[in-house]
Amino acid sequence: MSNTKQTIQRIGWPRLIIGLFFVLLVIVSPVMGLKITDVFSDVLRRWSMFGILILAMVPGVQSGIGLNFGVSLGIVAGLIGSTTAIELSFRHGSPRPWTDLAFALLIAIPIATLLGFLYGLLLNRVKGSEMTVSTYVGFSVIALSNIVWLLLPFRSGVLIWPIAGEGMRNTINLEESFGGLMSNPDVVAKMPTALHWLAFRVGGVVIPLGMILFFLFMCLAVWFFLWSKKGIAMSAAGENELFTQSNAINVNQMRILGTVLSTVLGAIGIIMYAQVFGFLQLYNAPLMMGFQCVAAVLIGGATTRRATVTNVIVGALLFQGILTTSLPVIKRLMPSGSTLSEVVRIIISNGIILYALSKTKGGNQIEK
Amino acid sequence: MKNNHDLNQSAVSQPDVIVMQTETPLKKTLSWLFENKVMLMFAALCIGAVAVSGNTVGFVLGNVLIRFGRNGFTVLSLLIPVLAGMGLNFSIVIGAIAAQTGLFFAVDWGLTGMTGMLVAFLITTPLTMLFGFGVGRLFNKMKGAEMIAGLILGYFADGLYQLFFLYILGGILPVRTNSLVIPGGIGIKNTIDLTGNMKYALDLVKLVDLVLALAVLLAIIAIIQIVARRKNGQPFPVKTLVLLVLAALIYGLTFIPAVGDYFRTDRLPIVSTIEMGAAIAVLYAVWKLVSHKLRPDGKFRVRRCLMIIGVAAALYASTYIPLVYSIIKNASIAVLPFALIAGLCVFNKVFLSTRLGQNMRTVGQSQVIANASGIHVDRVRVIAMIMSTVLAGWGQLIYLQNLGTFATYGAHLQVGQFAIAALLVGGASVQKATNKQAITGIILFHTLFIVAPEAGAKLFNNAMIGEYFRVFVSYGVIALSLAMHAWQRKTKPALKLEMPD
Repeated sequence: MSNTKQTIQRIGWPRLIIGLFFVLLVIVSPVMGLKITDVFSDVLRRWSMFGILILAMVPGVQSGIGLNFGVSLGIVAGLIGSTTAIELSFRHGSPRPWTDLAFALLIAIPIATLLGFLYGLLLNRVKGSEMTVSTYVGFSVIALSNIVWLLLPFRSGVLIWPIAGEGMRNTINLEESFGGLMSNPDVVAKMPTALHWLAFRVGGVVIPLGMILFFLFMCLAVWFFLWSKKGIAMSAAGENELFTQSNAINVNQMRILGTVLSTVLGAIGIIMYAQVFGFLQLYNAPLMMGFQCVAAVLIGGATTRRATVTNVIVGALLFQGILTTSLPVIKRLMPSGSTLSEVVRIIISNGIILYALSKTKGGNQIEK
Repeated sequence: MKNNHDLNQSAVSQPDVIVMQTETPLKKTLSWLFENKVMLMFAALCIGAVAVSGNTVGFVLGNVLIRFGRNGFTVLSLLIPVLAGMGLNFSIVIGAIAAQTGLFFAVDWGLTGMTGMLVAFLITTPLTMLFGFGVGRLFNKMKGAEMIAGLILGYFADGLYQLFFLYILGGILPVRTNSLVIPGGIGIKNTIDLTGNMKYALDLVKLVDLVLALAVLLAIIAIIQIVARRKNGQPFPVKTLVLLVLAALIYGLTFIPAVGDYFRTDRLPIVSTIEMGAAIAVLYAVWKLVSHKLRPDGKFRVRRCLMIIGVAAALYASTYIPLVYSIIKNASIAVLPFALIAGLCVFNKVFLSTRLGQNMRTVGQSQVIANASGIHVDRVRVIAMIMSTVLAGWGQLIYLQNLGTFATYGAHLQVGQFAIAALLVGGASVQKATNKQAITGIILFHTLFIVAPEAGAKLFNNAMIGEYFRVFVSYGVIALSLAMHAWQRKTKPALKLEMPD
């Protein structure tokens, strides 16, 4: 008996409930007349799509800045990188998907590093209120980027509104760029045979192997980093500031390192998200994305003070799994309930954040 | 007007007392400029935007007054949690949600006008009390993280609200009015039109009704006072008698045809407002002076009374300047919403001097000290949340009846965001917010909101830039203020050690 209790405690009630709910949905969907292969394809796709964005939470939490709602900073950097890469291809004159992807990353990462560094400096000055500040810094950055999207002097017809001739579109189609390169079997099929392993179908299930491998590679990289000397020092800074200080580790530097890593991962994450999704979403689309990432990592078992790579992998699977499986099931149950899945997402993601906050007595906030 | 003015002075004068002895007027001015930097920056931005947009000042003033009546109450509902040290109450969204639920049922039951408003009010109030209680209890579990929790709680509540309005109403709970339901489905439509039932239900209340209500209220207060004094065997109070006479006088005034016509309106032109405000201010000052003569008070400041009279006279005189008159001649205010806003200002002020208000202030300054002096900290915090949520709910009712259309799934989303941004623009912070800051903030924030798109169109040839800029401002000012607050809080313990009080 006590063994079961311990196991439950280790897994945690919210994860257990959400996990069981997910399993139930997977079981129910074939009964409802849905193809189980489609369900698995969707889950795999969304899992790898959101994975890196959720991974961006880990360095933030470990370095002590808490749940990084300001991951929007990295998202904006990634979007700037992607759009610039597309524009460069347009000026070059021909579509070149892989170059686009490489350029997008090459441009986004330095921008994200710079933004993350400045953001880290700010967060070092607001210790104890990082989450509140980062939420609104995230919102402000998205609002500011809205103006940037209107003003960037891009000319590519894919990017800008055709009639007005200026200002970028809300949704940018990546069909001629890096959309689906590592995840869509139809896109991969046009490439040389040597690359066909990137995405393929096994008995009807689409396996975006390229994307999954990339995601797992990033996870591994973060995992190795966390166990390196620097990584342990960073986690220690997040764990106990005074202790770390007394061991001659510069806490503020470690926090900046964590913030920069989180922001850079956010930038890579949104580029990969767009790659799988096939579209870039500008303007207010990424406004609440930070909340989804936070919710996912919390569902995976993280707290406001501790987050591991395992939390990310499990959280991404459970959170995205529920969202993808619930939509078709709900649609079968009640045809008019097309937005119910969205409502469920809002309730689950914010509910889990609230739960985590109440568990940790306000997370890392200073008690008055 | 009188009360705000009164309040400003007392709010400012307290810290100044210490400062004045050591600082020269120049230093005082500089420190005033520094303290009000956010507000001054926005004032400059607003003036610039108005100039660039090419709108006339009269047009902007008219629109600002409309928006002031619409949003003022909600912004003022934020002050009490700040006092209790719970920061900016992002969860007023929940109050708005309750108000929308109340209003929906009033519409659904086919009620119109004041009856509908009253029913909506009767549903909203207990609902907001209940929600406020829950929010307060939850916040007690997350002390120090109220703001982030409130923000997320708002989103969470929005999810539940959508569930209720999209699936439960019409799905499980029956809806009477079929036109409110999404055609061929369940759930409530995107927009509910209030035209013809509750639009302007409060805005159209006539001044005369308000005056009568005031007279009745004064009379009741006077009678209660007299009865209470009689019971205790105390001498007959002169002040109360004056109150009674005043009530009778006001009531009598409405029977004079000329005055009665003046009162029989729901929109008070700003010119008359200034006339009336000046008259009331002068009356108030004279009353203070007279009562000072009757019963001298050591702390009484004659100069302040004289200043009130001076300012009132100057304000009245300024309406005769052609330039000023041309700006204000077309502007008018809705009587009841403005009266309610003024009432809330007075309430916020009076509340400070009550026992509960003082307890709240103590809790806000230090929970440890409050606890040590026998204040039930958690209870006070819950009460603060209940009050704020109830007020926010009423504020949303005022907002919706003025707007006239009710976006079922959108009206509440930005309530907290915009109200808090407005308050901060006025110079308030996470720890301190006054009526004056709220009022200045609403005026500045909404001025910017009105002119930003046109200013953007003129400057960049693109109206969307102005649109996005004002959104950026509303987020940016909150981010800035929160960051500055956290920054100051971090450096505060060092200061405390240097000067033990």
